[in-house]
Amino acid sequence: MRSPPFDGRCRWLIPAAALMIAQIDDALAHGFAGDRFFPATILTDDPFVADEMSLPTLTLDPTQSDGSREFDIGSDLSMLITPNWDFTLSSNWAHIHTPGVVTQTGFQGLTTGTQYQLFINAEHEAMALAALDVTWGNTGNLAAGAPAFTTLSPTFDFGKGFGDLPDSVPWLRPFALTGNLALNFPTQVETQGVPNPNSFFYGFAIEYSIPYLQSQVKDLGIGPPFNRMIPLVEFALTTPFNRGQSGMTTGTVQPGIIWAGQTFQVGAEMIIPTNSLSGHGIGGVVQLHFYLDDLFPNSIGRPISQW
Amino acid sequence: MVSHRIIVAAAVLAGAVTLGAPTAQAHAFLDHASPAVGSTVPTAPETVTMWFTQQLEPAFTTATVTDASGNTVDAGPAQVDPKDPTELRVPLKKLPPGTYTVAWHALSVDTHTTTGHFTFTVKP
Repeated sequence: MRSPPFDGRCRWLIPAAALMIAQIDDALAHGFAGDRFFPATILTDDPFVADEMSLPTLTLDPTQSDGSREFDIGSDLSMLITPNWDFTLSSNWAHIHTPGVVTQTGFQGLTTGTQYQLFINAEHEAMALAALDVTWGNTGNLAAGAPAFTTLSPTFDFGKGFGDLPDSVPWLRPFALTGNLALNFPTQVETQGVPNPNSFFYGFAIEYSIPYLQSQVKDLGIGPPFNRMIPLVEFALTTPFNRGQSGMTTGTVQPGIIWAGQTFQVGAEMIIPTNSLSGHGIGGVVQLHFYLDDLFPNSIGRPISQW
Repeated sequence: MVSHRIIVAAAVLAGAVTLGAPTAQAHAFLDHASPAVGSTVPTAPETVTMWFTQQLEPAFTTATVTDASGNTVDAGPAQVDPKDPTELRVPLKKLPPGTYTVAWHALSVDTHTTTGHFTFTVKP
């Protein structure tokens, strides 16, 4: 006689298997903290480790004070080494046009990084990671903006969803905040007489998730494609603090929208300089971003080690 | 132009990633529910039905319904519809007027988990 699939003797296997699967999955999921899904932001780094890739990121910067205008084609890759530890790789190809000067093109230097997930708190939709990024000198075309020196950047990234706000303010619950705090340490004090100051980088993204609104708070009947959109505003500033450039802050504010699908997302943002040092006029950026853990769950979308 | 070639190369690579992927199954997000998320209904429903964006794994997908005091009011375990594995149903006891919270934990068929909760209100 054939036994039922789960008789009394092996019923304990069900919760055990579920627990095992849940633990593995929590490690694979990209950008989840409890009920909250954090999309991959364009300007600022994500506060979670993941298997993911941005390809391409097309950026037209605002016009600079010397009249130059830069167009970049960028790519970023993040791969999990273990469920809580990943490495990152990013590179930009630039086309810089300056009136009256020969147009410069080429790669702007390779940036690598390693990130460790410090915690993910499901109840409070919170997460944070620590990272060390390295922009390597002499890995691109100096005339196209690649540095001749290496810069080390210890970084702290965090994310917080507001789903734990009281029921009296339901419309605020879809909000989330992510942020980066980093220090940049060039390994060369000056290059050809131009100082390379140490600097403080701080960036934030404020998001309002329509998917969260409709699935957790109030279904307003918003249909595709708007039901997967996440309007956001990102801003990022860099403030040097020595070598004669203290306080010369530059940065941008970038309002935009991310559409998050099942296996990829598309984002578009306007680029607004925060001051004249950062340029004038407006620019724009669009990005196609892939969730490798969903696209390739059994190969490159998994951590190299489950340790 | 070099920039055009770079853009084409990036587009080809992006296309290769998409086309090279096996049949992708991803996280199961709640698409909609009945009673609707955050809604007020005139009469007590007999079930809560949820539709997800991915097929669910029945053995590891759960949902509970509680009243304002935290007492369970579902009349049995949540069931994934065998004909439509994106649909999850929770039978309910007879509900008096009040606000109820539905908490779900979904495992999609490719082992990704998602969680969520929402409320609905039965009108007095």
